[in-house]
Amino acid sequence: MTDVMIEARELTKRYGSVTALSKVSFDVRRGEVLGFLGPNGAGKTTTMKILTCFIAPTEGTARVAGCDVFDDPMGVRRALGYLPEHNPLYPDMLVLEYLRWVADVRGLKGEEASRKIRKAVEATRLGEVVSRQIRELSKGFRQRVGLAQALLHEPPILILDEPMSGLDPNQAVEIRDLIREIGRERTVILSTHNLAEVQVACSRVLIIARGRIVADDTPEALRARGGRARYRVTVAASNGKREAAREAFGRIEGVDAVRPLDGADAREVSFEIEPSSDRDLRAELFRAAVDAGLVLLELRREGQNLEGIFRELTLGGDAQSQATARPEGGAGPARRAASEAPPTEGSADEPQAPTRDAAADGKG
Amino acid sequence: MRTTLVIARRQLASYFNGPAAYIVVCLMLGFLGFFFWQTFFLQGVTSVRNLYELVSVMLVVAAPALTMNLIAEEKRTGSIELLLTMPVRDADVIVGKLLGVLGLYVVFLAITFVYPIAVSQFGNLDWGPVWSGYLGLFLQGAAMLSIGLLASSWTDNQVVAFFVGLILNFAFWFADRILPFLPRGLVTSVVEWLSFDRHLTPMTRGVVDTRDVVYFLSLTGFALLLAFRSLESRRWR
Repeated sequence: MTDVMIEARELTKRYGSVTALSKVSFDVRRGEVLGFLGPNGAGKTTTMKILTCFIAPTEGTARVAGCDVFDDPMGVRRALGYLPEHNPLYPDMLVLEYLRWVADVRGLKGEEASRKIRKAVEATRLGEVVSRQIRELSKGFRQRVGLAQALLHEPPILILDEPMSGLDPNQAVEIRDLIREIGRERTVILSTHNLAEVQVACSRVLIIARGRIVADDTPEALRARGGRARYRVTVAASNGKREAAREAFGRIEGVDAVRPLDGADAREVSFEIEPSSDRDLRAELFRAAVDAGLVLLELRREGQNLEGIFRELTLGGDAQSQATARPEGGAGPARRAASEAPPTEGSADEPQAPTRDAAADGKG
Repeated sequence: MRTTLVIARRQLASYFNGPAAYIVVCLMLGFLGFFFWQTFFLQGVTSVRNLYELVSVMLVVAAPALTMNLIAEEKRTGSIELLLTMPVRDADVIVGKLLGVLGLYVVFLAITFVYPIAVSQFGNLDWGPVWSGYLGLFLQGAAMLSIGLLASSWTDNQVVAFFVGLILNFAFWFADRILPFLPRGLVTSVVEWLSFDRHLTPMTRGVVDTRDVVYFLSLTGFALLLAFRSLESRRWR
């Protein structure tokens, strides 16, 4: 078998006149944790349902673990562990009873089944609740039961649809660490709204919007697309030092623009400083502040975050320029990628046309 | 085959885990007890013919009640997605679900077997028609439960599934009773042939005609096929 575990080729899915997915192609290799990112209704869940053979694509095909979704759906399903979007479970069953049943359906028997159930329970730390009814469990435990179910038969590929939605931050961190651990030996696809999760858990990010792939890269490379780092400087602003500070920073060689930011506190003032090169300006900014007799309260160098990229890529048209705070800064590859994305006026193209709100959800 | 049985077992177990199935079965047994003995002593005949008619009527309501959640509930909660992304065929689900509910029905039939046993204490009961009658009840039950399963596969709402199943089962049960109002001819013979009673009655008298058996089996098979198609259609919509 080759290293490519999932091979999607020009997947297209239409629901009546609505195109949910349009010629989506990508590969996922062994040992990769692929983050599937996109606003609501972008086609993430549809793609996952196709890969798990729950629905068939209208056009195109996919191979999962070497099995075609049309020719050998049973082979695909055997190689997969799947956690569907809302983590459906049978609430009337006990946790252990449920896992036994899953093992049964998967055709695991006797000693092997017990061993694998034990392993899954250990990996998801379900030990204390195995003899409780599923309906009594908290959301975090339910999510772990769902994961245990997906992991049980030790599949080479895991597909997890929003595994961390609705969890509190502690639970989310636990599940995320668990996924990262699993991802060392296996192939994982997970979809999420949460950009922080992607940066930590995923080795590759696929951003999908309006049924098309708009970006496919590592989180680092995606962030780098956002252009140069910027500096954020805060100084004490007593007795009208605002303009003095602005001039002092503006005089430094390599500073392109100095923009005062509105702060809530009247006793201080912050600037956003844009450099003209990649050279680190922090030392010079500090010296300039000292020379001008300014009290430096904060000095920070920040890269473009994934949120900004996400908004640029998934919002179209004029919303895009609103989304990017910097007027001239985003002329990098990200902007180009976004302009390759389909025109937005085709609202018939999209069941729930992503609005700014939808993307804002992603800030989670 | 193995997965079919795994699904059937889980379905049967879920009936015994919740109160719904107990309620339906107890209600049926209660009604049966009341109406059976009410006429039994009036007629003064050592026969259990009444039992077949009563079970047949009760099934019109009980079959959709027992089957309404089979697929509709799995669709509503989304667990159908989990089930059908495991190595399980659509047909395994349909057949497994039917076998599960049929298991419960067989338990019910087994309990009602106290009636022929009790009746045989009053006099000389002819056991031939009893066996053939129970075979008829089993076959008719399978057909009615399949129809309920079909209704359940059409919706994700149990109430809708219940009423659709009720209407369909009622139609097959009632067909025989509207015959006097229909003009004689092809229509009457088709409607008569479709009705449950036309095929159950001979069996309660001890006549097992292959045509009657084939009728029930094909009705069951047809309903299952439609249910399978309905489940499968999610893939192409």
